[in-house]
Amino acid sequence: MFIGENVWRIEKYLFTLYFKVLFMENKNQHLDTLHDIKQMMERSSRFISLSGLSGIAAGICALAGAWYTSTQIQPAQTGDYQGTSRLIYEGDPQLKTTLLEIAIVTFVAAAISSFLFTYLRSKKTHTPIWGATAQRLMFNMSIPLIVGGLVIYRMLEFRFFGMIAPACLLFYGLGLVNASKYTLGEVRYLGYALLVLGIINLWMVGYGLYFWAMGFGVLHIVYGVWMWLKYERTVTSEQ
Amino acid sequence: MKNPIEHLNKAFDSRIRLGIMSALCVNEEVNFNDLKELVQATDGNLASHLKALEEHAYIKVQKGFIGRKTNTTYSVTRSGEKAFKSHLDALEQMIRSVG
Repeated sequence: MFIGENVWRIEKYLFTLYFKVLFMENKNQHLDTLHDIKQMMERSSRFISLSGLSGIAAGICALAGAWYTSTQIQPAQTGDYQGTSRLIYEGDPQLKTTLLEIAIVTFVAAAISSFLFTYLRSKKTHTPIWGATAQRLMFNMSIPLIVGGLVIYRMLEFRFFGMIAPACLLFYGLGLVNASKYTLGEVRYLGYALLVLGIINLWMVGYGLYFWAMGFGVLHIVYGVWMWLKYERTVTSEQ
Repeated sequence: MKNPIEHLNKAFDSRIRLGIMSALCVNEEVNFNDLKELVQATDGNLASHLKALEEHAYIKVQKGFIGRKTNTTYSVTRSGEKAFKSHLDALEQMIRSVG
């Protein structure tokens, strides 16, 4: 009779133990499920293939462009960067075309190099480079950029040269803040930083090139390194 | 003892269905190819899961064309959203009660 009771106890003990183990496994399994769901929601609504290396590449292009610009305007410069505006204002078509050429080359180089790294990343994460999320990102990014482009074009026509660098920073910053909902959320902080720079630059007209190099160059590189360390390095070490 | 899994919905009982519902809940609509890319399933497999969810009236289907190619998009229904939410709540509760 005692033995029988003991057996029952042991059986009960084993039974509860078995259930505990079962539930522990269940718990992990459910946690995994929730994790999958969260990931799926993010993957389907945000373009997550944006590579940190793209930011670094774009930043380097911007710094190179800014540096080359400074070598071009230095000889004709009259002490400060307001000299540049005066120079253009007084009409030096040669310099104007040079600057425009630098701007276009810088933009194209930055666009191609940043596209390349993001393209490689999208191959790795199995997300389409031109899927619904990428289209939504581009659309929301381009609203402030296109408006900003028109504003800057009018500024050029009215010869508000000192306002061009802050306007670039401000509209690009707004574009990033707007786009951050559709890609890595950290893009928002890059946007804020650019907005702060742009606003300071509004009251420091004439130093546009410095602010421009800081915003489009240094900040992009800092952001790119941060993103790469946060997302991509761990991914590659896992593989 | 209360059955701990009574609130888990059998209709969401697969990785692919969970994936479909998650994607549809955060997007207004998603087309077939994007879904396929997201959940990494074959055409037939995905289609049968979509069919099952559609029969539960959790999702609805819009058939359209882009040029000559068919473009089928899916979106979640009110009841689908509700069912998925209570499924997630049940999951969360289970994890809490065990942990």
